[in-house]
Parts: sequence; structure tokens; C-alpha cells
Amino acid sequence: MNATLNAIFAKHQHQPGALLPILHDIQHALGYVPDDAVPLIAKQLNLSRAEVHGVITYYHHFRQTPPGKHVVRVCCAEACQANGSEALAAHAVKRLQGADVTLEPVYCLGLCSVGPAVQIDETELHAQVTPKKFDALMNKLGEKA
Amino acid sequence: MSITVYVPGDAAALALGADEVAAAIVKQADKLKQDIKIVRNGSRGLFWLEPLVEVVTAQGRIAYGPVMAADVPKLFAADFLQGGKHALRLGDIAALPYLAKQQRVTLRRSGIVDPRSLDDYLAQGGGKGLAAARAMQPSAIVQQVTDSGLRGRGGAAFPTGIKWKTVLDTAASQKYIVCNADEGDSGTYSDRMLMEGDPYCLIEGMAIAGLAVGASKGYIYVRSEYPHAYAALTAAVAAASDWLDDFEIEVRKAAGAYVCGEETALLESIEGRRGIVRSKPPLPAISGLFGQPTVINNVITFASVPDILAQGAQFYRDLGVGRSRGTLPFQLAGNIKFGGLVEVPFGSTLRELLYDYGGGSRSGRPLRAVQVGGPLGAYLPASQFDTMLDYEAFAAIGAALGHGGIVAFDDTVDMAKQARYAMQFCANESCGKCTPCRIGSTRGVEVIDRIRGGDLKQIPLLRDLCDTMTYGSMCAMGGMTPYPVLSALDHFAEDFE
Ligand SMILES: Cc1cc2nc3c(=O)[nH]c(=O)nc-3n(C[C@H](O)[C@H](O)[C@H](O)COP(=O)(O)O)c2cc1C
Ligand code: SF4
Ligand code: FES
Repeated sequence: MNATLNAIFAKHQHQPGALLPILHDIQHALGYVPDDAVPLIAKQLNLSRAEVHGVITYYHHFRQTPPGKHVVRVCCAEACQANGSEALAAHAVKRLQGADVTLEPVYCLGLCSVGPAVQIDETELHAQVTPKKFDALMNKLGEKA
Repeated sequence: MSITVYVPGDAAALALGADEVAAAIVKQADKLKQDIKIVRNGSRGLFWLEPLVEVVTAQGRIAYGPVMAADVPKLFAADFLQGGKHALRLGDIAALPYLAKQQRVTLRRSGIVDPRSLDDYLAQGGGKGLAAARAMQPSAIVQQVTDSGLRGRGGAAFPTGIKWKTVLDTAASQKYIVCNADEGDSGTYSDRMLMEGDPYCLIEGMAIAGLAVGASKGYIYVRSEYPHAYAALTAAVAAASDWLDDFEIEVRKAAGAYVCGEETALLESIEGRRGIVRSKPPLPAISGLFGQPTVINNVITFASVPDILAQGAQFYRDLGVGRSRGTLPFQLAGNIKFGGLVEVPFGSTLRELLYDYGGGSRSGRPLRAVQVGGPLGAYLPASQFDTMLDYEAFAAIGAALGHGGIVAFDDTVDMAKQARYAMQFCANESCGKCTPCRIGSTRGVEVIDRIRGGDLKQIPLLRDLCDTMTYGSMCAMGGMTPYPVLSALDHFAEDFE
């Protein structure tokens, strides 16, 4: 972890307001922001641990524990609600019970005219996802449940 | 000569399978030894037709859509590379009434230009605004923006020229241009489309702002839910450095807090802190990012500026009605048949958008409620569908146009549930700085739960609570959450009984 962190710190050394970019890079590299990283980040940026911790917990995006093998996000905002995202989200919870997948709600992916929308592992997007289509996507991911 | 084939790289097109389509086209062309070049354009914003593939032929660009990867061999067999006949053939997409009736100004290049090519941007008319601004005095640039009547497209509709003038008139050794690309409102995606489809237009608008107020550094704060827009911007910013001379842009990724779309919370976030709303004054225009005078505008606001400079303020001012000048890219979303981007001058009606463009609901059931302007926007019943799309006309009925998102619901919607959602969203996203919003929203959820449980005596309490939030909150998060709640209560009272 230390080598990863040091490389990230070096990259952002001269950047004003570098905390969020650093946290993004750490989460990108490790999948989450480990508790052990907090004192190191604090020292690097001349902040208190409480300040760093406060920022990590304030933002929904940052996680403090490792995610599952995949992260699946179902949009639960209004435009997707209008197209049945609530039923989809409920189905997803059932479908992924026991699977090594982190399932979370997300509030709008900008796909509001083709909802319900689903995002898998950051960059993979799916539109008009029905429970049936969701199952097919999860099968493809190799998540049997 | 190779044949150019456009396959959108827009996030919505990707969600509908555009990458698979592009791969299938490359594979089939290889197999048939056809020399093609694929360009990943943005979207025209007719999402029921995505993935929308276009081929450049002697008769111009010929569109096919919606194309699935499985359609590709048959498209080749139908000689689509020469514009051949096929059930999916749409011909010249710009001639479709959905597009022909619009007046695309700000998003006119989106879906047409190659978003990865600065040369293509310049060849398609981009860059003229910046060139004009370079030959002007800062105050003259600001005057053009003021004269155009442009108001901020992020939601609050504040006159852009006035904001820029404040920054110009505030002396400082360092000033900043900040682009608000947090686009948190459900039902909105015009910022995303522009960033993915025509990123140089945003960059040009920011560079003009830099010249206008004397700022050499800009930031774009993009929501983390938009990884494709982030990638498109990062690439475009890197490619634009020579063109921009000594104006420098840094792209920043947000971290999933809705309130960071509020301008001062956004500045806090860039500075590396929790996104807590700052008290005003001072205005960001006087003391903004790192304490320096800062222009902060929405993506569409900046992207409207190049044309204003290139064609003159009058051209923009001539569009629209009353104090709402120019065009607004509306976004049709939710339960709507033909969802997509509709850029028109202010002054048409909600009904035209919902039915003439949108074709009614996707489910085929009657439209019952429409939320305009994101999670802080009012729910309008059918009796208000004839309201003119104009900032003041919406304010007059206790609603807001906001960022132009229009979310349609059919008659299966439970409006008491939507009201509860609005309160819950506020409770989740409140920055916590002021009590009416932080505590009020949590109480609001409880009160609505009791009403839904049959205790109608709680309704006056809900109204009181909304009153406290409206008048006691520091920003529009707490201040406008009553819009969706009260409009649901006022227009759909039967759902609360
Ligand atoms: C809770 C809240 C969220 C907001 N979210 C956004 C947003 O996502 N994008 C945006 O451009 N403006 C948003 N705004 C409005 C900004 O505070 C600000 O008015 C805007 O960035 C100014 O730019 P403009 O004048 O070009 O609209 C939000 C405001 C509030 C109170
Ligand atoms: S209204 Fe809500 S979001 Fe706005 S400052 Fe107050 S607590 Fe923060
Ligand atoms: S509301 Fe689901 S993508 Fe926008």
C-alpha cells in the first residue's frame, strides 16, 4: 500500500486542493480507501486525521471497506422510478443475495430517457433494464447467486 | 478512400449497445475487405433511435437506427455503406421532424462533430467566438454576454453578464473560471451530452470567460457518475492546450454528493473539503475559489457563449420570450415514448414537448404528473401542461424550469410516495449546515409517513414544516424541497388520503 500511496502523493504534490484527487486515485488503485491510509494522507497534506476522515465519510462515492468482485449500481432517481426502477432494485437485492457483488443505489447516470439504468464496475452502462435483462447481465458477470 | 461510419460513443448510446455495434461493424468490414473508418461521435439526442449509425455517402450522411450488433451483417448485405435500403434506414436524420422542428444552437454540433478532434471542431464553425474575443477589450466581451440576455442554465437563471462584470471589476492577482458539471438533477443530461459530444465548445466558452474577467486558470467539476464525460473532457483539455494559449483547465472529479452542485459547496469540494454550503456574502464572484474572484457557471451557460461572441448578442437575444432569451436544451425523460434532447427557444409549452415531441408516455397510459427542474422542481398536473416554458411563467405557478429536465409519470404514480421521496432525498443530501433543512427534511419524511398511514390531521403540520424550510434554509436544497412536496399535495391531494 505504501508504495502505491507514495506514487499517488508524488503525482499530486503541487496540486492545490489535492485531497479529492488523491482519494479518487487511492480508491481506483485499491478499490477503497483503507483506514491505514488516513494518517498518511493527513501527514502528506498537512491536515488532521479527523479532517481526512470527515471528507471520506462525507462523500457517497468513497468506500472504507473493500467492495465485492463487482460493483453494480441501480439508478433509483425520479426518471428511472417512472420506468420501474423500484421493482428492478428490489429484484436486484434478491438476485444478488450471497453473490460477491456490491449492490448500491445511484441517483442518476444521465440516462434518464432510457431508464431504468444500471452501471457495472464504473464504466459499463445498461439501459431499459428489466428484471429479466438484469439476470442475463449478472449471468454474464458470472454471478450465479 | 475509406468510408466514414459514425457510431456514437455517448453514454446513453453505449448503454444501448453502441460499443458492440461498432465492434460488429469493424469485424464485418474486415471480413468483406471494406475500407472503413469509425468515428465515435456524440448523440443527436433521439435516444429511442440509439445506437444511431450514420454513413457518409455521396448524398450526405445516411442514418440507420436503432442498430443492434445482430443487425450488422444484414446492413452490409443491404449495402448500407453506400446508403442502401434497409428497414432501419432513416435517411438524413436532420430532416426528421423531431430535429427539423428544433432550433439547435448550443447543441447544434453534438452528434455531428468528432468530439475527439479539435480540427473537426474548428472546421465545423468552432473557435470563432474565441477568435473574436481575443480582438476585444474584456469589458466589451462582458457587454456582449450581458446584451445577449443569457441567464445561467444551472438552475437559478441569474444573468451571466452581471456575474462576469462583478468578477471583472474585482481586482485580484489570480481569478478563476469554474464550470459546474455536477449535473445532479434526475431527468437531465444536456451537460453530459455536450461534454461527450462537443467538449471543445465548453472549453471555448470557459476560455472566453477567462479573457472577459482576466482569469488564467479554469476548473471543470464533473460528477463521478459520468466517467465517459470525464474521459472526453480530459482528452479534449489535453488536446486544446496550444489553442488556448495561456489559459489552463483542470478537470476534477466529484464524489457523489448532490449538494456539491450548489456553487459554494462545489468550491469547498475543489479545495479539498467536505461540500458544505458557504454563507453568502461574500459572493463567489468576489471571494470564490481559494478566496479569489471566481466565475462559476453551468456547462450549458459556458457552451452558449462562443456563438454569442461569434454571431453577436443580438442573434441570441432575438430568440425566446420576455426575460428568457435564447434557447434551452430541454431533456425529455422518464415515462416518455420519444425521450431525448429538445433544444428550442423559450416560449413553447410543456404540452408541445410532452406530446408533439415526446409522443406521450412510453407505457401507453395517460400522463398524470410531470416533474420539471430536477428533484427540487414541482410536479405539474395535466391542467398545467399549457404553461409557457419561460422562467417567469414557471415561477408564477410555483414551479421552476431549473436545468430543463422534464420527467414524465403515467397514471400509476403514487404522488404521496413521490413527495416522501423528495423529503428523503433532501434528508440524505442535506449538507447539514442549517436546521430547517437538516432536521426539517427528516421530520418531513416522518410526517408524510403518518399521513400515508391515514392521519390526515398531519397535513397542516406538513405545510408548516414546508414553510419553515422555504423561508429558513440557507440554500435551495432545503429551500426548494417544498416545491415537489407541496405541488404533490396541492395537485394530487387524493393520493394522500
Ligand atoms: C442543491 C443544489 C444543487 C445544484 N446543482 C447544480 C448542478 O448540478 N449543476 C449546476 O450547474 N448548478 C447547480 N446548482 C446551481 C448552482 O448553485 C449555481 O447556481 C450555478 O452553478 C451557477 O451557474 P449558472 O449561473 O451558469 O447556472 C445547484 C444548486 C443547489 C442549491
Ligand atoms: S439548505 Fe440544506 S443543503 Fe443548503 S445550506 Fe442548509 S443544510 Fe446545507
Ligand atoms: S434518473 Fe436514472 S439515469 Fe437519470
